[in-house]
Amino acid sequence: MSADLAHHFDSYEQQAKSASLGVWVFLVTEIMFFGGLFTAYILYRSKYPEAFIAGSHQLDIALGTFNTAVLICSSLTMAMAVRSAQLGKRTAIVGFLMATILLGSTFLGIKATEYHHKWVEHLIPGESFHLDEAHLPTHHGKPVLSDLPTGIVGESRADAPLSTAPRSDLQAHTQLYFFLYFGMTGLHALHMIIGVGLLVWLLSPSSKGKFDADNHNYVEGVGLYWHFVDIVWIFLFPLLYLVGRHG
Amino acid sequence: MTTSSIHVVPLRVYLLVFASLLVLTATTVAVAFVDLGTLNNVVAMAIAAVKAMLVVLFFMHVRYSTRLTGLVIGSGLFALAIMIGLTLIDYATRGWLGVSGK
Repeated sequence: MSADLAHHFDSYEQQAKSASLGVWVFLVTEIMFFGGLFTAYILYRSKYPEAFIAGSHQLDIALGTFNTAVLICSSLTMAMAVRSAQLGKRTAIVGFLMATILLGSTFLGIKATEYHHKWVEHLIPGESFHLDEAHLPTHHGKPVLSDLPTGIVGESRADAPLSTAPRSDLQAHTQLYFFLYFGMTGLHALHMIIGVGLLVWLLSPSSKGKFDADNHNYVEGVGLYWHFVDIVWIFLFPLLYLVGRHG
Repeated sequence: MTTSSIHVVPLRVYLLVFASLLVLTATTVAVAFVDLGTLNNVVAMAIAAVKAMLVVLFFMHVRYSTRLTGLVIGSGLFALAIMIGLTLIDYATRGWLGVSGK
């Protein structure tokens, strides 16, 4: 990889700028990809705010905050890996890549633990979904949540019970929150898994000293992707974990 | 052979950005427990936007990149705004007009 300047580029600088621009074009498609889920989130949260407060209170805020910190640390080690590649320090690149892999895996491990909690608590959407309404948040001693009026979409499809058992609107709407929770965090986790795979793929060429000031485009590109995935989480965290926590 | 004019970001800048991101994370969690009414959402999204900006500008080197990169990102966000904006305009105004035969 080092010292191989593709024939259609005039200089390493041009090659590097093109590579980073290409990754950015890909990331723009990713913005639109996640954007669809964010649109669905905005729509349903504005429609069923109480259900989103109820759902958010089922999440573990301590684990969520810790995971956010883990991901920010991994972004720093990723940035340091790119910097080491720019300086051609091969041992440092490998070290920082390993640290990033470790932190990324820690995030995924904690995420898996949270998913398991949700499974045990019957919060996976489907037949056995059940929101424990006895432990919902209160504001000055009185419950914040009450059964919701049926919305515009409500009567036709969104409220159709998934099981034969009758369930309240709050149950159905909170289930919708968890559909979004698993959809959004699941898609994010999938990106993390792919990211960890890309980092592992970089280890071998890094240790062989293939990256230097002229050509560190692979490390830079994976770095851009990794930081993007971090940014998605920066928005997911407050939107999913921090809804209506006061009171 | 150092023919390229790459910009190596000083270590101090990375550490400063890193510390800011952690402080902002702690802030957003702390503010979530204070009742600000609808402002809670605004503050949470503003903090997230600042954090994203820090990552994009420094960790993703956009501050040191070409203007073309900025244009690509800007057009991406513009397309996102169209998708979210027009969808919400649709849903928010569905009750405004009567539909004959409904």
